[in-house]
Amino acid sequence: MSSTFLGMPGSFPKNAAKAVQNSQLRYNLRKATHTIRGKRANVVGELPDWQELRAAGKAIKDETLRHLDRYLVQMEEAVTRAGGHVHWARDADEANRIVGELIKATGETEVVKVKSMATQEIGLNEALAAQGVTAYETDLAELIVQLGDDFPSHILVPAIHRNRAEIREIFLDKMEKVPEGLTDEPRALAEAARLHLRERFLKSKVAISGANFMVAETGTLVVLESEGNGRMCLTLPETLISVVGIEKLLPAWRDLEVFLQLLPRSSTGERMNPYTSMWTGSVEGQDFHLVLLDNGRTDVLADEVGRQALRCIRCSACLNVCPVYERAGGHAYGSVYPGPIGAILTPQLRGMSSELDASLPYASSLCGACFEACPVAIDIPEVLVDLRAKVRHKPAERAGMRVAGWILNDQVRLAKAQRLATRFRKLVPKRLPGPLSAWTDTRDLPDIPEESFRDWWERNERA
Amino acid sequence: MRVALFITCVNDTLFPGTGKAVVSLLRRLGCEVDFPAAQTCCGQMHVNTGYRDEGVRLARHFTEVFAGYDAVVAPSGSCAAMVREQYPKLVRPGSRGATAVAEVAPKVHELSEFLIDVLKVDDVGAYFPHRVTYHPTCHSLRGLHLGDRPTRLLQNVRGLELVELPAAQECCGFGGTFAVKNPAVSAAMGADKVRNVLGTGAEVLCAADNSCLMHIGGTLNRQRTGVRIMHLAEILAATEEAQ
Amino acid sequence: MSAREEILAKVRRAVAGAPETSVPRGYRMSNQVSDLVGLFAERVDDYRAVVHVVPAAEVPGRLAELVGERRMIVPEGLPADWPRGIGGTSVAELDAADGVLTGCAVAIAETGTIVLDTGPGQGRRAQTLVPDYHLCVVRADQIVSGVPEAVARLDPARPLTWISGPSATSDIELNRVEGVHGPRTLEVVIST
Ligand code: SF4
Repeated sequence: MSSTFLGMPGSFPKNAAKAVQNSQLRYNLRKATHTIRGKRANVVGELPDWQELRAAGKAIKDETLRHLDRYLVQMEEAVTRAGGHVHWARDADEANRIVGELIKATGETEVVKVKSMATQEIGLNEALAAQGVTAYETDLAELIVQLGDDFPSHILVPAIHRNRAEIREIFLDKMEKVPEGLTDEPRALAEAARLHLRERFLKSKVAISGANFMVAETGTLVVLESEGNGRMCLTLPETLISVVGIEKLLPAWRDLEVFLQLLPRSSTGERMNPYTSMWTGSVEGQDFHLVLLDNGRTDVLADEVGRQALRCIRCSACLNVCPVYERAGGHAYGSVYPGPIGAILTPQLRGMSSELDASLPYASSLCGACFEACPVAIDIPEVLVDLRAKVRHKPAERAGMRVAGWILNDQVRLAKAQRLATRFRKLVPKRLPGPLSAWTDTRDLPDIPEESFRDWWERNERA
Repeated sequence: MRVALFITCVNDTLFPGTGKAVVSLLRRLGCEVDFPAAQTCCGQMHVNTGYRDEGVRLARHFTEVFAGYDAVVAPSGSCAAMVREQYPKLVRPGSRGATAVAEVAPKVHELSEFLIDVLKVDDVGAYFPHRVTYHPTCHSLRGLHLGDRPTRLLQNVRGLELVELPAAQECCGFGGTFAVKNPAVSAAMGADKVRNVLGTGAEVLCAADNSCLMHIGGTLNRQRTGVRIMHLAEILAATEEAQ
Repeated sequence: MSAREEILAKVRRAVAGAPETSVPRGYRMSNQVSDLVGLFAERVDDYRAVVHVVPAAEVPGRLAELVGERRMIVPEGLPADWPRGIGGTSVAELDAADGVLTGCAVAIAETGTIVLDTGPGQGRRAQTLVPDYHLCVVRADQIVSGVPEAVARLDPARPLTWISGPSATSDIELNRVEGVHGPRTLEVVIST
């Protein structure tokens, strides 16, 4: 994953505890996520067949994954037939090397980029910088992150943690030519971004993109966007390089009829996003390269429960409805994939050997809001619980849970433990020691009753 | 109808009043209530914290204890969801105990489901002259899809004024061991829930899960708000004579 | 082993024995819309594009009015009685033009979307991108009710651009504001 995130210290609870203290951040996130929740609910509610679309979306993705080998080969053939070039990358390094070499062959040292999760995941910008190539992000939110020397905190809106006033500050600080008297009106800020990038778009020779979908049957790539920066990058440069995760495939052209309804409504809460570009191979004289990226996906595919995470279409609906994300913010997840999907995808892609990655499956109250919102019905709580069973547990916790399991597995032992608690009920302090202080720091304990239910029953009913 | 009460370990140990309320309510409605003494815990805490083996053991124990009853009633949306929704995945088809799970799991009902779907009553003849707000806990809402069953029951309680809880569907932040593993986020979620509860002006916060109520109530108490927590069963068990 | 062979082998190993699936397509293939033109106009308008519904015979005149003094890019393949434009395919020429006038391939009522496929009267992709003003004519018979019908009518071999309103961004506090890199003004004439 992105080198900017790799080896990030801490753990989710620690990062989140810090974020919760940041009232500006919480205000920004709350406002943004609540806005988008309302919009999504409206446009989803408008479609009488939403659940049918969702069922179809899930099944199409399952079909893709079931026969991914066949669809990958089909895709490769179709793109090649249409004059494009296909490259395969096992991991981040290989993908970065391929892209670097393709750029070198053009003689260019500057490229423009359309927002892409895959290239963030592999840390492409940093890898290119090391090879002397500057990659310019062109998506407004990516631009805000890049100019602010910041980390993305959301899949769709990487700068969601910034409000308009902060964005204005970043622009004033970092843009070469800022319009006179720049206000923090979103319209004015968008205009500033337009001016900042216009020249670059018109003169760039090489562009890098990802893709939302690839259609195996036809070899078509599909990019959904809003601003037109995508169209600029996909259309104007002489060379286009698209880095796409292997799970982005759809079997057939008609499958788009499902996903072009699911994705815009789930992500930006619109009936349709302003622009969607589709192209097959080399078009209008452009030199086209497709880099198919594995980078851990085939490992995820091998996991019976976890593989459903590969259905993800990166709509970010699960982030927007998540109460934990809303309070912790995206940075706490230490990955380009934050929120509920990040909590199940990052540990599967990176493993769970670091403290941070091992804490991600626990970054959820299992409330199920993500599953309900997910347009491809990924049962995120199910995968979280499955990953929790695979994490290496701390010895003290393991011992405690063993004892609890031993007591709970037998009614006599349970009754004894209950009577012990009852006997000493007056001695329980208001503030508990050790890890249990996490409870009593903000909450009172319930009073321990004089007798348990089972003892009451025994006394009154058995006779 | 012969009904087994699955009290749940949390209610058994910390909230016996809820169990007593279920017993008196079900008897009032003509059920014969049995309490299989060998019952312990559904295993949710273990499974959801990543201790699947312990959880599977508890699941097998549960199905042995409750085999043979017409219906099992649990005053907890979360534990009922665990048995009905999670057990079939936890104890894989073909593995030991899977047949018992397939037989017992569908017979387990959360209290409001049992009243409305099995007993077909939505007016239990209760009397509770107080201003009440209801929090639909996540597992009862999105796990069991209880929908408006609990509020239908509450609306028919005489004297009770039901006030809507803003952002009711948002998780309170309990989440089992989440509350101690991620205390900062859990507390922040709890604080927002408490703010919404206080905004309703209700005297009583009601839910179908005492574990969530323990978390919200613990915060309400710490802040000395004076708002009481009550399990759905306790309100439904209240009658004019008992007042 | 090449990366290609290795990835394919890993995929095959990963999915061996996984269950087969079938795709339930219970969603709507088309919807009953009594007034396609009206719905399309309303939905385009929702994106803050300018919409005119004009009888076919009056289209040339209306276009002339709308174009006015603007120096427009007008691609090949449009009716001869529509306004004349300037040629131009280089980025500099496109950047210097005031706008572009095109037809379209398909339009979708439910989502207020116009699809261009670079066919006759639609120009190359850059032509509808670089100029700041896009005037697009949609014939009533090009409007379909929903997304599935549109997908069925389109040819994947052609480069396609789906346009739903003027360029916009939701990147600032998740509110949609119009006008970023693509044309900031989209004006749609529906010819009936
Ligand atoms: S997991 Fe589902 S809801 Fe979340 S981003 Fe992926 S597709 Fe969207």
